[in-house]
Amino acid sequence: QMGLAENQLCFNLIHEWLLKNPEASICTAQGAAEFRDIAIFQDYHGLAEFREAVAKFMGKVRRNRASFDPDRIVMSGGATGAHEMIAFCLADPGDAFLVPTPYYPGFDRDLRWRTGVKLIPVVCESSNDYQITIEALEAAYETAQEADIKVKGLLITNPSNPLGTIITKDTLEALVTFANHKNIHLVCDEIYAATVFSQPEFTSIAEIIEEDKICCNRDLIHIIYSLSKDMGFPGFRVGIVYSYNDAVVSCARKMSSFGLVSSQTQYLIASMLADDEFVDKFIVESRKRLAMRHSFFTQRLAQVGINCLKSNAGLFVWMDLRRLLKEQTFEAEMVLWRVIINEIKLNVSPGSPFHCSEPGWFRVCF
Amino acid sequence: ALDILMVGKHTTVTLFHPTQNPEGVIQMGLAENQLCFNLIHEWLLKNPEASICTAQGAAEFRDIAIFQDHHGLAEFREAVAKFMGKVRRNRASFDPDRIVMSGGATGAHEMIAFCLADPGDAFLVPTPYYPGFDRDLRWRTGVKLIPVVCESSNDYQITIEALEAAYETAQEADIRVKGLLITNPSNPLGPIITKDTLEALVTFTNHKNIHLVCDEIYAGYRLHQPEFTSIAEIIEEDKICCNRDLIHIIYQLTQDMGFPGFRVGIVYSYNDAVVSCARKMSSFGLVSSQTQYLIASMLADDEFVDKFIVESRKRLAMRHSFFTQRLAQVGINCLKSNAGLFVWMDLRRLLKEQTFEAEMVLWRVIINEIKLNVSPGSSFHCSEPGWFRVCFANRTNS
Repeated sequence: QMGLAENQLCFNLIHEWLLKNPEASICTAQGAAEFRDIAIFQDYHGLAEFREAVAKFMGKVRRNRASFDPDRIVMSGGATGAHEMIAFCLADPGDAFLVPTPYYPGFDRDLRWRTGVKLIPVVCESSNDYQITIEALEAAYETAQEADIKVKGLLITNPSNPLGTIITKDTLEALVTFANHKNIHLVCDEIYAATVFSQPEFTSIAEIIEEDKICCNRDLIHIIYSLSKDMGFPGFRVGIVYSYNDAVVSCARKMSSFGLVSSQTQYLIASMLADDEFVDKFIVESRKRLAMRHSFFTQRLAQVGINCLKSNAGLFVWMDLRRLLKEQTFEAEMVLWRVIINEIKLNVSPGSPFHCSEPGWFRVCF
Repeated sequence: ALDILMVGKHTTVTLFHPTQNPEGVIQMGLAENQLCFNLIHEWLLKNPEASICTAQGAAEFRDIAIFQDHHGLAEFREAVAKFMGKVRRNRASFDPDRIVMSGGATGAHEMIAFCLADPGDAFLVPTPYYPGFDRDLRWRTGVKLIPVVCESSNDYQITIEALEAAYETAQEADIRVKGLLITNPSNPLGPIITKDTLEALVTFTNHKNIHLVCDEIYAGYRLHQPEFTSIAEIIEEDKICCNRDLIHIIYQLTQDMGFPGFRVGIVYSYNDAVVSCARKMSSFGLVSSQTQYLIASMLADDEFVDKFIVESRKRLAMRHSFFTQRLAQVGINCLKSNAGLFVWMDLRRLLKEQTFEAEMVLWRVIINEIKLNVSPGSSFHCSEPGWFRVCFANRTNS
């Protein structure tokens, strides 16, 4: 199975920490005195210590180049719930978000299913390493205008899934300018922020905001976060919506009742992420192990003549198998995929479900 | 810092604390069950392997932390299905494969509305009903709620006349009714719906070909006779004509156990298509795998569960009895009830006039001068002013 973007590289560090910190659980002899208060706690603000610990963690993951306000942290049912919630908050049925391709297939369900919101692809191509160009953005925006569809925002994933690349600071500033100019929201899915394992440096939208160098209406800026990828805890459903817009924070907070994080889990996470020494070590070690795994992978693939898009983040590589296609079509891509599954016995993800415009690319999780 | 409470839209009060704030308001507006935590505490200490954070359980941490399958842990579904049966005195059995998770009861209500109705469609709901329905069932779904008015004169029984009247209202307004939502045992009233009435409701919904959604989150809180009949028993008896595809149960495991913070909402449907759709939707509000694991372990312990259910009922019955008797001594009557974590208190004779404005005036007196937060009937869409819901289980004996 190489189709699941999971991070399993650092569980030994977690295991060690758990054994040393029994009071972090409400089920241990040391922690059980807290069980009742935690079990009845259903306030949609979430435990204060949980929000503080998450805010601090988000800052550390961004090398403290940005700081986060615990009162802007809103819970949701995993990243899945966070995506849907921000769509409900920002858009009405029939409205649209622009989304650069290729993108995470889950967006089609998370952002559209129950919300009635549309997604309009902003086509990015391998010829320029999939950079998001103003031309592509304007083209997508035009398409919406012509179809009489109201564009409410632009959704970017940085670091990118499925590409594993980061958006440069210049491009980020250009996106902010574009969103401001059109007066549309900019939603930044930064759930892979801690998986950046080598240069170039990752720039969070939060840094752009705090620098305050370019003109930016903060009410348009929102961050989606989760502990699923950075910590490796997808089962704990810790989704976060962080908005610079007070009205959105207020609305999202009420909506979070539909997908609050289990108070048992909030309590554990609060404890774990408050441990500075552990967190600092974890972040460094995680990056190191990801870098090694990535390097091993890409080098061996290169040895057999398979190239991957140059990347420095994420839990996957974007593998170029275009020359193995019988013809440059998505049907041929599917044929190749079936060969990879049935004969080579590897489950990798073909580019087409990611809305990639060119056939022959595959995402491989390492 | 003192805990504050928002009362209505504009008022905040500080909450009672025995030492820090004896002048504070006592919170009796929260339907929580805090009576049995000592049993839970005891069990936790005896069962460290139920947690993925203990020395005994940490070996499971990784597998549980990465588990995000929207089917949920098999052992969790099995334990919940078994528990649901026990709570119904094993008069019905539940299929683990029909158990679908959601973000607490809040998420379960919304999810069933999304599954069964389109924007603009409506559910019939007997009054008085839990105010949260207005948000849970309507906010993001665009679904409407049409009240089925029930009155104190016949102890709020749901009559066919009231149902037909509500259905008519919808027809005349060109609104499509997709289902009937009942809460049994009732919130805010307390009492259970009789078996005869339940059968009549099944017949009504079958006849109109609309869904019957049964919110049974207070099923574990039956105190004494008459016995609670779950819709599941009606289905299994198979005595009356019933299209099972129209029957769905909402459950919140953690209400019966006293764990609202754990957000364990359950949608149980007899309709395969609904199970399938709901399961995919559950991705928006899955139960934390850490919590699934704990609950699976706890509810698999038959001896503990049997003891807990008996003890919980006993303590609730005592608390309920103490409460209603003392109120009766000062001439305050409550609707006769045999379930729930609250009583439905009749203060009609204390109103200056029989209006909802007078009810609000009385409410403010109760909060500001008597220092009790109780819930006024109007917030539950009650048709008659003067009734208040009072929760009696959300504090310890002291």
